[in-house]
Amino acid sequence: MPFWNKELETLPRQKLEELQFSRLKKVLTRVYQKVPHYRKKFQDTGITPTKLKSLDDIKYFPFTTKEDLFVDYPYGLLTVSPEKVIRLHTSSGTTGKPKAIFFSKKDINNSAELIARCLVMTGATKGDILQNSMTYGLFTGAFVMHYGAEKVGILVIPAGPGNTERQINLMKDFGTTMLHITPSYALYVASVLYDKGIDPKKELKLKRAYLGAEPYSEETRRKIENMLGIDIYNCYGLTEMNGPGVGFECPYKDGLHIWEDNFLMEIINPETGEPLPDGEIGELVLTTLNREAMPLIRYRTRDLTRIISEPCRCGRTHRRISRILGRSDDMFIVKGVNIFPQQIEQVLMGIKGVAQNYQIVLESYDEMVVRVEIDRELFDGKIEKLIKLKEEIIEKIRSATLVKPKVELLEPGTLPVSEGKAKRVIDKRTI
Amino acid sequence: MDKVYIISVFAENKPGRLERITKVLAEANINILAFSITSTNGFGIIKFMVDRCKEAFQLLKEKGFTVSLNETIGIEMKDQPGGLYEVVKILSSKGINIESAAVYVAETRKKAYLIVEVEDTQKAMEALKGENLIFLKPIE
Repeated sequence: MPFWNKELETLPRQKLEELQFSRLKKVLTRVYQKVPHYRKKFQDTGITPTKLKSLDDIKYFPFTTKEDLFVDYPYGLLTVSPEKVIRLHTSSGTTGKPKAIFFSKKDINNSAELIARCLVMTGATKGDILQNSMTYGLFTGAFVMHYGAEKVGILVIPAGPGNTERQINLMKDFGTTMLHITPSYALYVASVLYDKGIDPKKELKLKRAYLGAEPYSEETRRKIENMLGIDIYNCYGLTEMNGPGVGFECPYKDGLHIWEDNFLMEIINPETGEPLPDGEIGELVLTTLNREAMPLIRYRTRDLTRIISEPCRCGRTHRRISRILGRSDDMFIVKGVNIFPQQIEQVLMGIKGVAQNYQIVLESYDEMVVRVEIDRELFDGKIEKLIKLKEEIIEKIRSATLVKPKVELLEPGTLPVSEGKAKRVIDKRTI
Repeated sequence: MDKVYIISVFAENKPGRLERITKVLAEANINILAFSITSTNGFGIIKFMVDRCKEAFQLLKEKGFTVSLNETIGIEMKDQPGGLYEVVKILSSKGINIESAAVYVAETRKKAYLIVEVEDTQKAMEALKGENLIFLKPIE
């Protein structure tokens, strides 16, 4: 089992927690002294950093939410002078103002260190060739991965997303061994390879892919793995926490290791804010322990998961989280029922005859329409089979979500192809 | 007795679908001999019998249509009252269920063929051997 930083990655739990405690104490003190917004929040809660006697005491400190990032926007949460920050990244900002996250030089180096751990953990080495098909720009995904891969000595092809023809040529010409890509785009690239009659197993040198930036199901992972003949690693991150590399799968692919020397994780009940014990599903809350420019305390990720505390066979002592079960932001409500797009995806990817692309349209009168492309290869000209397929989809979604959808079967290629984050849910309701 | 082929194209119920498909065939100078549309709530299947079936199938596939090539049996019907009945009677006496059908009129007012898709083409053909039926021969 290869390691990038064996000492830190396998630090005995007690030592790891001591390190977390001393870092936590420091970061709480720093934000209290340097960030008026945090000082006020702490004072409103009646707490000071001196109250922290153990890691558990974090529960007495106030949460930071998305809204807090807008209060003294954009520079208000910095603990260093603005000239010490050298990079800005933002979240997509599809709804209103984007969340601005600043990196100091040390932060950039540190985020790259964490990615280096992730990549080496999956078996990547110097000599690998990474085609980075994430968006370069304000989005953190591409840059953080880029710097981390370079640290390992990996050749990076900064392809960015889109232009699938060129992506394929790059893979062929330069012998790409690894991809960093969104799940929806990976599916699309795989289907284009298939249509062109290119057998990735024979004609490409791909070994593994890192998928992130949008939630996807285990069924989708298996589908892409089979289509491309590679290993896929689930990676988790969010702009507010550097982007990718917060959590990453090891070769056992049984949950994602969170680098606990850098992030303090908690799971809380999203309704009450109460901490939940390991193993229970709730909202992931993260505190940056090693960030210089813009530390965040008890940041509510909105992501639902659970902590897996059983030791991992890979030898790393950092605990894992389960794959993200949903982002409370993605959740939508139809007929009073909470539904995550992944629930629908999981059903669809398990049905034979369904192609990769789908869309959920919420119509007025609270109707859920699931639009599904059929698998061209499985079409046999029999209308009865299509009617059965449609009924199977309706029934399986109904039993998974308790809401009976309307299902539209579409020709492959009808739905818009996503090259960045896929837009799966279209809400046309005016309420 | 030979199998003849029919092409099935998946189509959403949207204006312009049939136009797009027939344009491809027209441009390739492929002649449509028979066709049928089956549609249900939201989507349908358009079936064509053409003079160059396999070529048409490849062409439509390359153009991105969702298409399949299906085996059928073509049986000559007498163009007179009871013509269809005669043929169908034999099929049902053999327990052959018609899944879908089209009619091909070979020479106007002289010959017509009932083109039937059944569950097991081979089995149905075996069953129909020895019956007093005239079958359509594959065109290509």
